[in-house]
Amino acid sequence: MPNRKPCAALAILAVGAALGALPGAAPSWAQVRTDLVVGMALEPPHLDPTAGAAAAIKEVTYANLYEPLTRIDAEGNVVPGLARSWTVSDDGLTYRFTLRPGVRFHDGTACDSADVKFSLDRARAADSVNAQKAYFAPIASVETPDPATVVVTLSRPDGLFLFHMASGDAAIVAPESAAANKQKPVGTGPFKFERWVAGDRVVLVRNPDYDGPKPALERVSFRFISDPAAQVAALKAGDVDAFTLFSTYEALPEFRNDPKFTVTVGTTEGETILSTNNARKPFDDVRVRRAMAHAIDRPTLIEGVLYGNGVAIGSHFPPHRAGYVDLTGMYPYDPKKARALLAEAGYPDGFETTLRLPPPPYARRGGELIAAMLAEVGIRARTEPMEWAAWLEKVFKGKDYDLTMIAHTEPLDIDVYGRADYYFNYGNDRFKAVEEELNRSQDPARRNALYGEQQRILAEDAVNGFLFMLPSITVQNAKLAGMWVNRPIQANDVTGVSWK
Amino acid sequence: MLAFLLRRLLTLLLTAWLATVAVFAVLEAVPGDPALVMLGVNAQPDTLAALRAQMGLDRPLAERYLRWTGGLLRGDLGVSLTYARPVADLVAERLVVTLPLALLSLALSTAAAIPLGLLAAARRGRGGDWAVLGFTQLGVAMPSFWIAILLILLFSVTLGWFPAGGFPGWEAGAGPALKALLLPAVALAVPEAAILARVTRTAILDTLGEDHVRTARAKGVGRTAVLLRHALPNALLPVATVLGLQLSFLVAGAVVVENVFTLPGLGRLLYQAIGQRDLIVVQGVVVLLAVFVVVVNALVDIACAAVDPRPRAEG
Repeated sequence: MPNRKPCAALAILAVGAALGALPGAAPSWAQVRTDLVVGMALEPPHLDPTAGAAAAIKEVTYANLYEPLTRIDAEGNVVPGLARSWTVSDDGLTYRFTLRPGVRFHDGTACDSADVKFSLDRARAADSVNAQKAYFAPIASVETPDPATVVVTLSRPDGLFLFHMASGDAAIVAPESAAANKQKPVGTGPFKFERWVAGDRVVLVRNPDYDGPKPALERVSFRFISDPAAQVAALKAGDVDAFTLFSTYEALPEFRNDPKFTVTVGTTEGETILSTNNARKPFDDVRVRRAMAHAIDRPTLIEGVLYGNGVAIGSHFPPHRAGYVDLTGMYPYDPKKARALLAEAGYPDGFETTLRLPPPPYARRGGELIAAMLAEVGIRARTEPMEWAAWLEKVFKGKDYDLTMIAHTEPLDIDVYGRADYYFNYGNDRFKAVEEELNRSQDPARRNALYGEQQRILAEDAVNGFLFMLPSITVQNAKLAGMWVNRPIQANDVTGVSWK
Repeated sequence: MLAFLLRRLLTLLLTAWLATVAVFAVLEAVPGDPALVMLGVNAQPDTLAALRAQMGLDRPLAERYLRWTGGLLRGDLGVSLTYARPVADLVAERLVVTLPLALLSLALSTAAAIPLGLLAAARRGRGGDWAVLGFTQLGVAMPSFWIAILLILLFSVTLGWFPAGGFPGWEAGAGPALKALLLPAVALAVPEAAILARVTRTAILDTLGEDHVRTARAKGVGRTAVLLRHALPNALLPVATVLGLQLSFLVAGAVVVENVFTLPGLGRLLYQAIGQRDLIVVQGVVVLLAVFVVVVNALVDIACAAVDPRPRAEG
């Protein structure tokens, strides 16, 4: 969690170290497999997590190839990464990281405080192309008193700093190899890059020189299969051993009934919402937005889109995180009330609008269902499928839309509602005031209370249609152990995976 | 003949140039910014500007076009915006999948279609003819991607004879590589074979009605000999023309089939590049495909002209 005190983080450090030792306990008889093929829907455009937002980059490299200073474990906790420990000054402005000794990059060069300084300075430089440059904005200076110590001074307190430094975007890279990382990634992780058969797979092999616990697997291939039918076939034919973030939900009963497979359903950070252009008529009227909230039958939507594998939300916050407030009861499904609210707002006969849908299956399928639900109360929404690049340009950047449906997958991203030019076109001074207090506050209890307040403000304003959390579904060979069930960060951390 | 060749060469250059202009214009008009695709929803304006400058997208349209075509003339296809690798390398490593796939399916479809067409023509109006016509009707109606899924279900999932997709690479040996290409090639070949078989049948029936064939029959040449020695060679002309056209369709069909079988071919490269708005890759691949289609069509025309002087005289 981002709001942990240093002492709590150290306690987790101890647990993390103990857990980290587990893979070494793999059975030692001869026939145990040491290779793994993981299926993913999308291929990464390149393999440098510090220069791209594509989730697939991190899903191949995070924790496997590269290590940040801190890292996120399977349960979403901030645990030691390259830094084995750290302290935070009382004013929350100075972070002192102690690095693991004797760490080497995959090319044999030493990894010390100079590399950390290089990586952080590169991410916050004027010409930085880091997709999460904002994570590094609070940094005022990075100093290296000795090779094992990094002192980061912030210009303002940031309750999420350790959490952000654990993201793939904050991976520590070397000045000698950083420029070539897109094609030949060089990190410090327990696996190193072997080859990339473009269009097909990326292969990693165990790093024999890794200073920490060695993974049980010797070779891991990530295969990229975008076609839903091909994903199912690849699993059934045994071409892939596990498929993560599996979204061909209709095929799940088949796999659940087959003893060769295990299906796990976990959480992600993906709040799936009906984004609403709050600046456009008639959506600038809170009564219209509340009417829409009453018109959407979430359980039916979750059944229809995710085949029941999802949890409803009432605001922009994941139920599995501390600080969550259950607001799903604020706008119960009530078409009559929705119609009354519309009439009150001056639309007794409803209105016509457009619902722009990006490519993910949950959006295309969910959009059709939502359009049908809105039609019940008189809102005639025309669905318009869009390609991803076009959606980003027109809807997200251009804010040219009425309604759209999308999952916001960045962890703890409720702060986007405080951004002036975000595509919701939403502004609420009360929300911003809470956000400012959050940034100053280090106390977990206070922070959670503030998160609760933000959730309530968003639900009262019915800023967007809050729908459901996207599930993290993994279909895997039943003999596989140690795959992550939840997806607290974009990652396929296979360092703890082994065959039974 | 020389004037004819020159004319073809001119058409080729003109088509290639038109393709560059069309691709450039279309990608410019379609919404989507490669930098935004790369940096996603949390990108800050200054980061986007930095990346756009790095990609050279901050330069004026005309300058970008001229720089790219200038490189093209020197044989340089540019560097991919997303993969950060030379387009020529990307294309080369994909061609070793797509080209064998197209050729294999071409060979399969020809090998199936010509005997089937012959059989149907020989048995016109009888059982064999109806069987072939029925098959071709079905083959034309079934899209390649659907055949692909059926083949995967039968041969990969149920029987386990072939991988369900993916490509081991030629370095894994010709055996495994061809094995990975066989099902996709069959999926591509079935609709092509269906069309080709119909063309062959019609062409043979046409030639069977011609004077020289009737003369041969009258001289007492046997039915089979007439079919193979007199009707077939003449019928091959329209078949070859259609075959040339088919090759272009094969490359287009490969885009879909490569996705179903997750083969790292040119089609998939193009498909992904369009999604990522990797203009440099899209331009390079489309121009290469355009040149390929024009060259194949020109070769077919030249071959036909060599056999049959009529097009030359008319053209």
